[in-house]
Amino acid sequence: MILSVKDLSVSFRTETGLVRVLDDVSFDVAEGELLGIVGESGSGKTMTVLAVMGLITDPNAVIKGSILYRGRELVGMKGREMRKLRGREIAMIFQDPMTALTPVYTIGWQIAEQILTHQKVSKAQAWHRAIELLAEVGIPKPEEAVHRYPHQLSGGMRQRAVIAMALTCNPALLVADEPTTALDVTVQAQILDLLRKLQETHGSAIIFITHDLGVMAELADRIMVMYAGRVVERATRDALFADPQHPYTVALLNSIPPLEGPRPHRLQTIAGSPPSLLNLPQGCAFGPRCPRRFDACAAKPALTLPPHETACFLTGAPMPAVTE
Amino acid sequence: MQPVTVSRGPWATAFHRLGRDRTALVALAVFLLIVIACLSSPVYAWWAGVDPFKSTLDAVVTIDGVKQPVMELPTTGLALGYTPIGPTWRLGNYFLGADNQGRDVMARLLYGGMNSIVIAGAATAFTLIFATFFGLLAGFFGGIVDIVISRILDVLWAFPVYLLAISLSIVLMTQGISIGPFAIDSGSLLLPIFIIGVIYIPYVARPVRGQVMSLRQSDFVMAAIGLGAPSGRIMVKDILPNVSTTLIVFIPIMMALNMLTESALSFLSIGVQPPAASWGTIIQDGQTLLYTRPWVALAPGFMIVISVLSLNVFGDGLRDALDPRSKIKLGRG
Amino acid sequence: MIYAILQRLAQMIFVMFGISVLVFLIFFGTPGVDPAARIAGRNASPEVLQAVRVSFGFDQPFYVQYLTMMKKIFISGDLTSFVNRGWKVVPAVLDTIPVTLSLVLGAAVLWVVFSLIIGVTAAAFRDRWIDKTLMIIGLIGVSMPVYWLGEVMNLITQSRFHDTWLFSWVPPLGYKNLSDDPKGWFLTLVIPWITLSILYIGLYGRVLRASITEALQEDYIRTARAKGLSETRILLRHALRTSLIAFVTLFGLDFGALVGGSALLTEVVFGLQGVGKLTFDALQNLDLPVIMTTVLYASFFVVLANAVVDVVYILLDPRVRTS
Repeated sequence: MILSVKDLSVSFRTETGLVRVLDDVSFDVAEGELLGIVGESGSGKTMTVLAVMGLITDPNAVIKGSILYRGRELVGMKGREMRKLRGREIAMIFQDPMTALTPVYTIGWQIAEQILTHQKVSKAQAWHRAIELLAEVGIPKPEEAVHRYPHQLSGGMRQRAVIAMALTCNPALLVADEPTTALDVTVQAQILDLLRKLQETHGSAIIFITHDLGVMAELADRIMVMYAGRVVERATRDALFADPQHPYTVALLNSIPPLEGPRPHRLQTIAGSPPSLLNLPQGCAFGPRCPRRFDACAAKPALTLPPHETACFLTGAPMPAVTE
Repeated sequence: MQPVTVSRGPWATAFHRLGRDRTALVALAVFLLIVIACLSSPVYAWWAGVDPFKSTLDAVVTIDGVKQPVMELPTTGLALGYTPIGPTWRLGNYFLGADNQGRDVMARLLYGGMNSIVIAGAATAFTLIFATFFGLLAGFFGGIVDIVISRILDVLWAFPVYLLAISLSIVLMTQGISIGPFAIDSGSLLLPIFIIGVIYIPYVARPVRGQVMSLRQSDFVMAAIGLGAPSGRIMVKDILPNVSTTLIVFIPIMMALNMLTESALSFLSIGVQPPAASWGTIIQDGQTLLYTRPWVALAPGFMIVISVLSLNVFGDGLRDALDPRSKIKLGRG
Repeated sequence: MIYAILQRLAQMIFVMFGISVLVFLIFFGTPGVDPAARIAGRNASPEVLQAVRVSFGFDQPFYVQYLTMMKKIFISGDLTSFVNRGWKVVPAVLDTIPVTLSLVLGAAVLWVVFSLIIGVTAAAFRDRWIDKTLMIIGLIGVSMPVYWLGEVMNLITQSRFHDTWLFSWVPPLGYKNLSDDPKGWFLTLVIPWITLSILYIGLYGRVLRASITEALQEDYIRTARAKGLSETRILLRHALRTSLIAFVTLFGLDFGALVGGSALLTEVVFGLQGVGKLTFDALQNLDLPVIMTTVLYASFFVVLANAVVDVVYILLDPRVRTS
């Protein structure tokens, strides 16, 4: 296991009390595997990976639990040590390529900066490597592109540059937070192809966050579904698509318009909206919107056992041992 | 079903946020205290039995039962004329001493403060009204209207602010203006109000214009135009309320700026004219006495610093309460 | 590219023209005031008044008057003061420029260095006590009338503590030429430098702190952190560098205004015969030719500074350059 997260909880101290954003999240990522994390905005998917990267800078954050990277505990790790890991062994790319790069430096400079921070090489070598990487991610004329400023590149090119930057030190784990959401569909396909190719050549594990299940169908080895800061289902890709068990996952899949068959009169939606984290419902967080809700759902379900884990009493999930 | 939370309106939210900002409230209280003290200047003068505007070179003051002339002959060095009495630190009794003309500095301080505050406030109102007017016109209509107004504002603003004020002041101060039936005497306070009000119009008009321009592109305004509403109505009912937060935040900022400008002009003898006083003129009075009776110059300066500081602190708090993400620049001298 | 430069030049000339017209109108066109009486100054005899009228052509239509005035200032350079008889104005103004320049340059060095230190430190430790303290100090700096601060400085250095080792080196008020007496030049300017810079240190420190703090919320900073860069590097190389754009443009405008004579209050209080002091003296004497010239000079500098700032902005912010 390259990454082992156990009972990760993240809360924030606010004027109105402690707001819990992540609730006992646990998962593992194997070496070279691609784990997809799926969920709506506010489900906690971004917060999970920010916690892994140690990028939660809010002084009012309270982080509990354990994150083991190749056996090393990341929760509570000293800043200086974390910085050695970040960018070198664990890299992250973010959602919006338009604002991800510093506007006043060329992309070559920014990529070289990362290389020089983590590796003892000369400036010339760093620039050379930057050109190589840009070529690898499919940017045409990389020797020229290296001298361009971020605003001179299109969205798709910028995201490729960002990916190139993330790969500079051959990270063992790459975290991608909705990397294609801000791009249009054709570009999206290219970026996904790129990521898959890179995964093969570099052998990195990837955590891929998205709200779009369709994207996961192609790429993921395993998929984890999150809702309101909790993990609600986790299975291999095939198992999840073939036999979704949690009502939320079912509803998500149903809301994708079908390619074949009769055209539906209306697009299927999930009634209601995600709960405010300040005001979580008692018991199962999805309860108020669940069409199959019954009495037991007043208690918080725990995950069933692997390989196909679900947090739903319908599938025989155990009652929690400890009440909140 | 989840309960629907009713949120407070933006004004109420801002009000509450401001209410929790202790520093801003303290600053506001300090400023209001100063205003009240200055407003009570006639009371103080009456109680102390002094006329702060009359030259009283032969006044006599009683301290601890001993009578002392207010203007004393120096006992050391060359007998080069009279030196006014220094601070007695007794309220109502030449608390801060006397100036070159035997007048009670404390009483003049309070009267002067009233003038400084009134001028700053009135000039602020003047600036905001006209800046909003021009900003609305330029931002809403665009085209030639915008070009003309913006060019005029550019030229106006190209003058270093103080130099423009100085130019206008000397011209108007020497003889006042008479346009048709309106005649403003050169000693009137309206002149500094007008001058200070005018020179800062570009400073406020530019951000207002910018905001109006972007509001003009917003959906609700486009809808109103599409519905055929008259321009004037749109400007007043749709755009103006949205600009009002910017304007409100400008109030303490402009007041602070104006106090500094007015005091500088008065110091240079082209602001408030004698026999009226303002904090700036008193500092000017105190120049010749600086090394012997420094309090005449120090006291009004401290009053200015405290007033401007409290206005700035309150202005910060107000801006944070109304829009924590706003980018309004702080005032400067 | 050439077109853009020409356009800019045209705009500058337009503004200058506008300013000269405005100056002219203020001094010659304000209703209800007699320009001849004002130019001759107070207590002028009827013969002088008539001479003034003829010389300036007040019997001529306005545009002729305007052109005459412009000619006297720019072309023939023989605009003379009517208070100090026969004293040529334009050379007099030029003589005062080095003084103002010395004052403003020294103050500028001080204020840039210190505001950078204060702004960066406050942003680095934002919301801690050091940040709040620095910001309060800055706010106080901005709230003090600069001439009053100068008076207080004089009170302390020239009078009250003049005999102590702290300030005994402070020479009497006045300016010493750099070429004649470099040490004197330096000593006379130290206190004025400090006085003038305090206001700007306060202002720029606060602006920089706000600007850096805002930059730190941007996405690219998050990327920089994800790259594993140290907080110091992020602060200085990424956040500060982006904030410098606004800082430098502001600086250019203020510097231009100061060289143009906005430092007049400081010059007056410290007895430095710079452009500002010249303006002030002329003011007291109602010496209008001098005032007109200095105001025009000042406005020119502001316009020039604006143009320079625009150029620098393009150099600093690659987003503004066309690719």
